Amino acid sequence: MKVIKIDKAEWTKGLDALRGDYRLFGPVKEKDYYNFKELAGDEIPHMEMQNTRLSPKSLIFPQSETMMDYSLDKNDADQGICKETPKDYSPRAILGMRPCDAKAMGLVHLNFDNGDYQDPYWLNLFNASTFVGLACDAPCGTCFCTTAGCGPYHEEQLDLLLSDRGDHYLAKVITDKGQALADKAGWSTSAADEAMEEGKAAAEQKITATIETDRLRSLDTLALHGADIWEDISFSCINCGTCTFVCPTCWCFDIQDEIRGKKGVRMRNWDSCMFPIFTVHTTGHNPRDTRMHRLRQRFMHKLKYFVDKYDQGIMCVGCGRCVRQCPVNIDIRNVSQIMNNLDAENFCAVQGK
Amino acid sequence: MENPYLPYPVRIDDIIVESEDRSLKTFKFVFINPQDEEKFAYHAGQFAELSIAGKGEIPIGIASSPVEKGFIKFTVNKAGVVTSHLHNMQVGDVMGVRGPMGNWYPWEQLEGKNVLIVGGGFAFTTLRSSIIYMLDPVNRSKFGDITVVYGARSPGMLLYKDELIEWEKRDDINMHITVDGTDDPDWNYNVGFVPPVTEQKAPQGDADSYAIVCGPPIMIKFTQPVLEKLGYDHDHIILSLENRMKCGIGMCGRCGIGRELVCKDGPVFTLNQVNQTPREY
Repeated sequence: MKVIKIDKAEWTKGLDALRGDYRLFGPVKEKDYYNFKELAGDEIPHMEMQNTRLSPKSLIFPQSETMMDYSLDKNDADQGICKETPKDYSPRAILGMRPCDAKAMGLVHLNFDNGDYQDPYWLNLFNASTFVGLACDAPCGTCFCTTAGCGPYHEEQLDLLLSDRGDHYLAKVITDKGQALADKAGWSTSAADEAMEEGKAAAEQKITATIETDRLRSLDTLALHGADIWEDISFSCINCGTCTFVCPTCWCFDIQDEIRGKKGVRMRNWDSCMFPIFTVHTTGHNPRDTRMHRLRQRFMHKLKYFVDKYDQGIMCVGCGRCVRQCPVNIDIRNVSQIMNNLDAENFCAVQGK
Repeated sequence: MENPYLPYPVRIDDIIVESEDRSLKTFKFVFINPQDEEKFAYHAGQFAELSIAGKGEIPIGIASSPVEKGFIKFTVNKAGVVTSHLHNMQVGDVMGVRGPMGNWYPWEQLEGKNVLIVGGGFAFTTLRSSIIYMLDPVNRSKFGDITVVYGARSPGMLLYKDELIEWEKRDDINMHITVDGTDDPDWNYNVGFVPPVTEQKAPQGDADSYAIVCGPPIMIKFTQPVLEKLGYDHDHIILSLENRMKCGIGMCGRCGIGRELVCKDGPVFTLNQVNQTPREY
């Protein structure tokens, strides 16, 4: 697909041209960090950010979302009957998304369209969105995307990929959706393909942190699960759930009913495998009863169960948010290294029923 | 796009108190929109989410059988927020049902085979569905010997007593009803826990025999060695697992046992399959 050049003046003008046809979302500075938000009026996205504190997953998978509503009024004919809550699925453009966060959407997609069922809430928002990526020419020290199946110029799930060149952006048009957005914005000045490729090579050089995953697929699930590594890894974990909330690939959710007077809603909220109530049975029995069980679930899911189930690599894109924000410095790269390097003799010693 | 979270509206058509302590009731539902019954086509062994607006949802095994038409039945233990509310609902009340969900007992594989059913306590619901299915005149000839070992704490805690007595009288199903203990002098059936009664009464396992086991964890734990001793292969021992669930369609993430999700990849697994998971249930 082609590469276009967008002068910064044209960028702002183009966004204004888009506002009638798209709801625009982008990174906005709040206090000392950035977050994705809907852009108000003439607001422009803060493209100077390195990355947002929370991932943009909430734009497709809101942290709290009404699914259905119902009446509890005995005088209503449809009392007690759940109705799908009407939603706005008009076109939206998500601007300035980092390539890692875009790839994460693809991994989460596997969960919400699982062959037997389709989640209409997630898929409708996903399908309504045009993803405008922002390549990473100045990655964070904790970024390890290049060994997590991703990269600073990775194109998966993106419709358009921008690279900031000071007074202008280079934009690679990746899909028809991206082309349609560029047309609407009036961005059409052709540029040379090579410029984008050079930027990519230079950016990849800057990612030096890595994650080791090459043996995960071949390792035995029960041996990993039963290995005597988990007590040590989980020793400092306080099960706060920060890692799962900031993670662009974590999708677990809870469903709750909330009522006010005679009206009620059924909603879903982000949940976390770090919380004991996530799995506790009504009897009080909890299959993942300890901090260690819950931490093990998180890493086994990301680095083993997911790997085996989909054969599409690990359930991690190397954005480094959990590494930066974990209050006790648990680092997925270390955990993956320990798992990846378990040797066969260890397995025999630890494998139990 | 079909919304798999949207329950079918149903009306409570009948409520039967099953146990002497009133903790178990069977709810019979009819679909308010008749076309929903077709969409709800199910197999014995599947479950559904019972949905009460304002309270929430609860995953419960389907106790009615696919050969019974015009209604669906669920036997519910009063335990948490949703089930306690349900126990206080009345005939005629409207609520929701979402499903059917999960896999089912492997009926095609079981054709031509002897089937041993081992059940304990109130986990007998999908087993009832299965027995009714197999005893249906259209289906009975498809299966070999059918043997049932079913136990509860006391005679008053047995589910579906009328049907149990009826099955006792038949010659095409071998019934072994048992209770942990009773002071009823008229009790004509077995006294003892399910595992030893299984050991005494169940037929030997072979390549043509399968065992379906549902019950409390402690019963399953002690029944497993008995079945092994009787010669049932781990591939021929079929279990139905339970875990906390919300979505029931493989998305919310909590019911995983390793890569398998109990709600979507299960709830029915062979013992051999379960042995290959981290057993987090």
